[in-house]
Amino acid sequence: MINYLDFEKPLAEIEGKAEELRALARANEEMDVEKEAVALDKKAADLLVSLYRDLTPWRKCQVARHPQRPHCRDYIAALFNEYTPLAGDRNFADDHAVMGGLARLGDRPVVVIGHEKGHDTKSRIERNFGMARPEGYRKAVRLMDLADRFGLPVVALIDTTGAYPGKGAEERGQSEAIARSTEKCLQLKVPMISIVIGEGGSGGAVAFAAGNRVAMLEHSVYSVISPEGCASILWKDATKMREAAEALRLTAQDLHKLGVIDHIIEEPQGGAQRDKEATMASVGAAIEAMLDDLSKKSPQELLKDRRQKFLDIGAKGLAA
Amino acid sequence: MNWITNYVRPTINSLFSRREVPDNLWTKCPECGTMLFHREVKANLNVCSSCDHHMAITARDRLSALFDGGIFTEVAVPEPLADPLQFRDQKKYPDRMKAAQKKTSESEAMLVAEGEICRTPIIAAVQDFSFLGGSMGMYVGNAIIAAAERAVEMKRPLVLFSAAGGARMQEGILSLMQMPRTTIAVQMLKEARLPYIVVLTHPTTGGVTASYAMLGDVHIAEPNALICFAGPRVIEQTIGEKLPPEFQRSEYLIDHGMLDRVTHRKDLRDELVTICRMLMGQSPAIRGDLPAPDASDASGEDAAAKAGAENAAAE
Repeated sequence: MINYLDFEKPLAEIEGKAEELRALARANEEMDVEKEAVALDKKAADLLVSLYRDLTPWRKCQVARHPQRPHCRDYIAALFNEYTPLAGDRNFADDHAVMGGLARLGDRPVVVIGHEKGHDTKSRIERNFGMARPEGYRKAVRLMDLADRFGLPVVALIDTTGAYPGKGAEERGQSEAIARSTEKCLQLKVPMISIVIGEGGSGGAVAFAAGNRVAMLEHSVYSVISPEGCASILWKDATKMREAAEALRLTAQDLHKLGVIDHIIEEPQGGAQRDKEATMASVGAAIEAMLDDLSKKSPQELLKDRRQKFLDIGAKGLAA
Repeated sequence: MNWITNYVRPTINSLFSRREVPDNLWTKCPECGTMLFHREVKANLNVCSSCDHHMAITARDRLSALFDGGIFTEVAVPEPLADPLQFRDQKKYPDRMKAAQKKTSESEAMLVAEGEICRTPIIAAVQDFSFLGGSMGMYVGNAIIAAAERAVEMKRPLVLFSAAGGARMQEGILSLMQMPRTTIAVQMLKEARLPYIVVLTHPTTGGVTASYAMLGDVHIAEPNALICFAGPRVIEQTIGEKLPPEFQRSEYLIDHGMLDRVTHRKDLRDELVTICRMLMGQSPAIRGDLPAPDASDASGEDAAAKAGAENAAAE
C-alpha cells in the first residue's frame, strides 16, 4: 500500500478505482472488468508520468521526504555485503541518527556512513528522525579516520532535515562537531563519494557532503535552509514554502546547473518510493562507476582535486 | 519687511545650520540603560563604561582600533557573481544588497586587512554584522580564502573576527558551500603552520559557527556573545521549554569547553599580539614602540597616548 502525497490525489482516485473494480470482479466471477481496469491502469500510468515530468521544487521536497522512500538502512542492506556496524564517538554516546561501519561493495571493502530517519514510529524516535547530535558527527569523523588510515573509500548517504536543534546538542558542541566532520571529509586521502538520497538539510548534510564526487537522486533536494524555515524568515509566513522552495533552487537539476553536484541518479517513474529495487540498482551502479573512476587517482590527487572542486564552486550561475 | 527679517534672521539661521549637529550624540546602553556620550563610547570601543556591555562595532572601527596607529591596508577580495540564483523573496536580492550598502557604506559583509599590532604583522578578517546580518555568502567565502592565501604568502598569522546570523539564504546552496570552502582556507593556514585565531563576537551562529569559527587554533570570545549552531528560539520551539538567559553565551561556552578565553574588548589587542608572537616563535612584543602619532588621526593619538602611559609604567 503506497502513501499518496497531496498532489498525487487524482492518481490515488484512479488507482483506487482500478483496484475496486478488480476486487468486485474477484467477488463476482461473471463480471468482466479487466478491460476497464486496464484502461484505468493506463490512465494512471499516464498521469504519473505527467505528474513527475515537471515536479515543482516544493513537490520535490515532498517526494524527498516521502515516508516510504528508501532510507540509508535500505541501501546498506541492498547494496553492501558483510555490513559490520561500528558504534560510538568514544566520547559520550552512540547517536542512532547516524549509522555506519565497514562493508563490502562487491568485493571492495569500504566505510559507509549515513543519516537514518527510521521507517516507523518506534524507529523514527530511536533515530531521532535522522537529526544527528554532535555524537553522530564525531562517530562519522572516527569512521572516516579509520577509512583514511586503512585506505578504504568512504561512501556517505545523506538524508537529514538538519542537525538536531536541541539543548544537549548545543551544550556538547554541535557546531564544532559539524565543522570537524566537514574538515575530515576534506582531509581524506582516500576516495569519498557523497550521495543525497532524500533531504540534504543544511550544515547537517554538508558535514558528510564534502566528497570527491557529490551525486543526488533525481527527486532529492539539498538546501541551505528548509523552505518552511526560509519562508518564515524572509516572507514572515511559514506557509509561503512553495515560493521559498522555488527561490532556493534546491533541486538536483538546478544544483547540477550551478556546478554544486556532479551527477544526477535517475529514479524510477513516480519516484524512488514506487520501485525500491530499481532505485537500489541505479544507486549501486552509480557508486561503482564513481569509485572505479576515483580509484585511478593517487592519494595526493584525491586530496587536491577535492579541494579544487570546492574552491571552484560558485564560478557559474544558473544562466551559464 | 525690514532689515531684521532680511538680514539678521538669515545670518542667525545660517550660524546655527552651519554647525553640524549629529542627531545621535547620546547612545543608550541596551543593557543597563545608561546614557553614554558618543565620544566616550567611541574611546571605549563601543563598550558601556557603566556595565561593560559590549555593543556592536563596525568592521572598519574594529580594524582601526586593532592596528598600530589605526593604519591598515585592505586586501583585495575576488568579486563573486552577483545574485547567482536570481533570488527574490518579498524584495529582490540586489535591492537588499543596495540597501545594505547604503546603510553601512561597505560593499559587503567582510573586510580583510593587513597591518601591524605592536609591530607584529598580521592579517585580519572582520565580519560586519550590520551588513545583512554579517551573513556568509560567496563574498565572505572569497574574503576568507583571500585572507588565508595572503597570510600564507606573507607568512603571517590570521586573526578572524566572526559575527553573523549564519549563511546568506539569498545565495541558497552557494552560501552553504562556503562551509567547505572556508574550511579549506583554514587548512591552508594549518599546513603552512600559521596561527589562526578566531575572535567570536556577538552573535556568531549557524553555518558560520559550524565551519571556520570553530576551527581556530585559539578561540577567544567577547563577553556575553551569543555563539551557537541553532538559535535559542529554534531550540525553544523544538523542545518546548524556556532556556535560561546564559544559555549559548560566551561564559556558558567556555564552561562547556568550546572556547579558550573570554576577553574584554579593550584587552583583545594585547592578548592577540601575545599569542601570535609566541606561536610564531617571536620575541615578546615591545608595546611602547609605535609609529609617531599622526595629528589628524584621533585613533593614532589614542594609541600613542596609551603607549606613552605604558612606557611610563614600565619605567
